[in-house]
Amino acid sequence: MKNTKRLMQGLLIGLLFGFLLQKGGVANYNIIMGQLRLTDFTVIKIIFTAIIVGMLGVSYLFPKGLVSVKTKAGSIKNAIIGGLLFGAGFGLLGYCPGTIAGAVGTGALDAITGGFIGIILGTVLYANMFKTLKDKGIHTTDKYSEFSLFHKIPGNPFRYTLPISAVLVVVLLVIESVGL
Amino acid sequence: MNFLTFEMWSPYVVGVLIGLLNLGSMLVSKKPLGASTSFMKIGGIGFGLFNKEKVESNEYYQKNELELDWGILLIVGIIIGAFISSILSGSFSLTAVPTMWATEISDSVFLRFLIALIGGLFLGVGSRWASGCTSGHGISGTSLLSVISWVASIAFFIGGIVVAFLIYGM
Repeated sequence: MKNTKRLMQGLLIGLLFGFLLQKGGVANYNIIMGQLRLTDFTVIKIIFTAIIVGMLGVSYLFPKGLVSVKTKAGSIKNAIIGGLLFGAGFGLLGYCPGTIAGAVGTGALDAITGGFIGIILGTVLYANMFKTLKDKGIHTTDKYSEFSLFHKIPGNPFRYTLPISAVLVVVLLVIESVGL
Repeated sequence: MNFLTFEMWSPYVVGVLIGLLNLGSMLVSKKPLGASTSFMKIGGIGFGLFNKEKVESNEYYQKNELELDWGILLIVGIIIGAFISSILSGSFSLTAVPTMWATEISDSVFLRFLIALIGGLFLGVGSRWASGCTSGHGISGTSLLSVISWVASIAFFIGGIVVAFLIYGM
């Protein structure tokens, strides 16, 4: 029963996320590709704003012990190689794993037939390559694995999250001022 | 409730709400937003139907519980949520080839599906290699000030921008 409750939480949070992705326009190929072609900055505006709110929220909730800061394992090397491979796919497909689910919901057939299936097959491919990549030292774990500033810098997190937020706000203001 | 039928909301409103949703998810479900792990689980469950032994002996799949979970329901929820939103705003349409691709590249359905499939393969491999996607790293990991997430997110966009310019030109 506890498990069912958790599944329903996932469904509800996903429902809200999908609703927001569509309303933000980012379940749409044309808008995502507009970002990658640097002609439409909707994606960056949404991401930066979500980061500011999330980061400031965590700055308040984490010291009170209300949320845990669990970050991903891995290495800078994995993040660069995997990130660039992901980026190539992002540019070819025009959706990412979250927005493609949104695109499926809006009736994008290329998202259903090609992209969604392609991502699943890609993960199967990776699972089968994993042991070789790890044994050959291509896939690594380094000191930045599960590394977060929230753990590393003691004291009140707002001391560094407010300046970081300010930088992101300035970038958004610059984007708006040049009319993108 | 008129705003529910708007075709688009301001990106800043959407960004604030996604940020709050992410915090809500961390508070209620003890998990931030993320999508790509679920694709791996769906793949593992699907692959297991064909070759159970191979999945059970696979080191990568052994690190994960392959079952219907919170994250897979999150993906189902995203599909339904976007469907409801697009119906409300009257923008739902069955489209095989996106407008930008059709007008600038080709209106061939086969070519678009093929490129989408190849793009998907890269996303699948890349998201697992980097341990996350535009949601898990780009929104959640960055909010949690993870160095790996910031590096991965920048790499996502560098790769994406380079390929977008290779496809569409300057």
